[in-house]
Amino acid sequence: MINLTINGKSVSVSEGLTILEAAKQNNIYIPNLCYLEGVHKFGSCRLCVVEVEGARTLQASCMVPAREGMVVRTNTEKTRKARKTLYELILSDHPKDCLSCERNQSCELQEMGNTLGVTDARYEGEKSKGRIDISPSISRDMSKCILCRRCITVCNQIQNVGVLNAQNRGFETVVGTAMDLPINTVNCAYCGQCTIVCPVGALKETDAIQDVWNAINDKDKRVVVQVAPAIRVAIGEDLGYEPGNIVTGKLATALRELGFDDVFDTNFTADLTIIEEGTEFLTRVKEALTGGQATLPMITSCSPGWIKYVEHSFPDKLDHLSTCKSPHAMLGALAKSYYAEKVNVEPKDMYVVSVMPCTAKKFEVSRPEMQNDGVPKVDAVLTTRELAKMIKEAGIDFRNLDDAPFDNPLGLSSGAADIFGVTGGVMEAALRTVYELVTGRQLPFDKLHVTPIVGLQQVKEAEFTIEDPIEAYKFLDGVTVKVAVTSGLSGAKILLDQIVKGESPYHFIEVMGCPGGCISGGGQPRPTTPEIRQKRLEAIYREDEGKTLRKSHENEYITKLYKEFLIEPNGHKSHELLHTHYTKRGKFNEYITE
Amino acid sequence: MSSEALKCQCCCEEENDQQKYDRIAEIIDKYKKREGSLIQVLHLSQNIYGYLPLELQKFIADRMDKPLSEVSGVITFYSFFATQPRGKHTIRVCMGTACYVRGGKKLVDRLEDILGVPVGSTTEDKKYTFEVARCIGACGLAPAMMIDDVVFKQVNPDKLESILAKY
Ligand code: SF4
Ligand code: SF4
Ligand code: SF4
Ligand code: FES
Ligand code: FES
Repeated sequence: MINLTINGKSVSVSEGLTILEAAKQNNIYIPNLCYLEGVHKFGSCRLCVVEVEGARTLQASCMVPAREGMVVRTNTEKTRKARKTLYELILSDHPKDCLSCERNQSCELQEMGNTLGVTDARYEGEKSKGRIDISPSISRDMSKCILCRRCITVCNQIQNVGVLNAQNRGFETVVGTAMDLPINTVNCAYCGQCTIVCPVGALKETDAIQDVWNAINDKDKRVVVQVAPAIRVAIGEDLGYEPGNIVTGKLATALRELGFDDVFDTNFTADLTIIEEGTEFLTRVKEALTGGQATLPMITSCSPGWIKYVEHSFPDKLDHLSTCKSPHAMLGALAKSYYAEKVNVEPKDMYVVSVMPCTAKKFEVSRPEMQNDGVPKVDAVLTTRELAKMIKEAGIDFRNLDDAPFDNPLGLSSGAADIFGVTGGVMEAALRTVYELVTGRQLPFDKLHVTPIVGLQQVKEAEFTIEDPIEAYKFLDGVTVKVAVTSGLSGAKILLDQIVKGESPYHFIEVMGCPGGCISGGGQPRPTTPEIRQKRLEAIYREDEGKTLRKSHENEYITKLYKEFLIEPNGHKSHELLHTHYTKRGKFNEYITE
Repeated sequence: MSSEALKCQCCCEEENDQQKYDRIAEIIDKYKKREGSLIQVLHLSQNIYGYLPLELQKFIADRMDKPLSEVSGVITFYSFFATQPRGKHTIRVCMGTACYVRGGKKLVDRLEDILGVPVGSTTEDKKYTFEVARCIGACGLAPAMMIDDVVFKQVNPDKLESILAKY
């Protein structure tokens, strides 16, 4: 412990903290802008300046370690003035069109002006060049960038992608891609993690709101909507709820009020994914164990940010990916076939909207293999944030809505589907079904949770030995199945490097592109702090445990779907509608051809 | 006559791209393990290749196991790295405060006329790369300019042609 004085108060804190952190622990708030707790410190904005006795100049408290005997003053005329001046300097190179900015009222820069009591913008400077760069998933407006560099840390250190870095120097400095290449021509995974941490309107998802309104307004369109598992535990945050609230029922009602004709649940196709992916896994294992050629470990494919990453970074390892489309893409395909037939609507007159915690899914739906004769299976993807905006725009009083269920036949789901939204969930859901299929017995874990793979650690693993399987799976008797789970692309790299070296001990791997899984996807409400992530995680498991239906293969509408339409898992129809293939993009998006 | 036959047939042929890349690869492999060696690698690569175009940046990024955006970030940070081919000589006109007020801009205008290219580029014949500089330390005798490492002081725009004639 070290002892120091902050604003005349003696405090003791553990070693290694910065002044800012030491102050925070003692309930003293020092204004700060570029710093992001636990993620990023760079010291670029200097708004966090404090006076330290003995130091000639003001010190950036987010960078300077607290030391024994230090005497710190955070709230003096000098610090307050300095902060205001620094703030006004940032503003001198900022567009200030707050009223029409997408971050109006959720902007950290705007809020800081208020906190600091800035009433003037005394400087009006030359504006540095503002590049506007729009890709299917991410839009960048660099005129709004305040050079905090949070996105650089997230893209390089947390996601290990590194398409963003500081370019040029001095006044010309911009945060951008190599040689200013458009982001859709480089190896961006479209994970959107940078859009979560950007404090201002510089980085955001590419907007689909107007497209969706247009479809709703089009009398000739049957507009179908679906929501991903992670939306129901997060969207509340943008609608005035505390983190960790589950708002599933109100969400379904709100979607109907917005004018969607059918309100489906991506959870339904999460259950379907388990059947398709589980079957694929067992087929691969059987082949491998009976002397055939099968690529193991098999890796999950429901996270399109992860898919794009692996296509760029490990183009030779695409055989490891499950061929299953992501659940919302499956639902889109079924809506425009199975369901369209049922309600007698031409697929071209149907418009499918996916509400996703994810920016990468916006790109995913534009992939040629996700279309049929140029007609996309999913027409538009909204992020959680965008849907919250639509709900507000429509003046819906969300809190006072009644609860309602999703529509069938694409609306019923098990608890196994809910946990698709969190790291470890897809694997647990798959094991609940695969184990039971193979042994005829329930997965032997407390409350069906595979505890070693629950939680927010980067890489998790579990193993269990198959004993006494049913006749059809005798080849698995005594086999110890090893699985691994990771979230965030740095973790994915660890597991993929093992595969490249031929050292991967696993049979089955779950990868989600965002740290923590979809609960902290790039399209989720801002901010996503470790505490908020934990609350969303707990909410997801609560939603799962609250259901009587806990296993995908017990979903009666899934059974019905196979009976009426798909015939069998991994069968002909499934392959046509529910499975896909991948593209060897290469590190520099050069497209590797054989 | 085929275009092949037009090529210089003597043995003075310059190193081709492949040989240059091979040499750069050797350098990278030697320096790669050392912390902070990127700048050095870029320097040596520019010496070999003349400049650092995007394709070469990708080659370096790949072989150094670094993100391309980091490599280009370093290249665009330091003014001594060039991403465009460079001329045989570099002309730098000072646009520091002293030179600016004492006619630096006139030198730039005149040179643009003479060279036929805007500032920041290289002449068609690859003879000159034409840039501006911040203060080059000759403020007392402004306006100043440099050709390679020779400093010219109190330059009269009318004398520019005769200065260039020496190169
Ligand atoms: S980024 Fe923030 S401060 Fe800048 S215009 Fe938008 S709302 Fe205003
Ligand atoms: S979307 Fe992901 S990969 Fe792309 S720039 Fe942002 S953080 Fe990096
Ligand atoms: S784009 Fe956003 S996160 Fe990145 S440096 Fe600029 S303001 Fe910061
Ligand atoms: S918060 Fe400390 S420098 Fe920006
Ligand atoms: S300003 Fe030109 S030499 Fe100093």
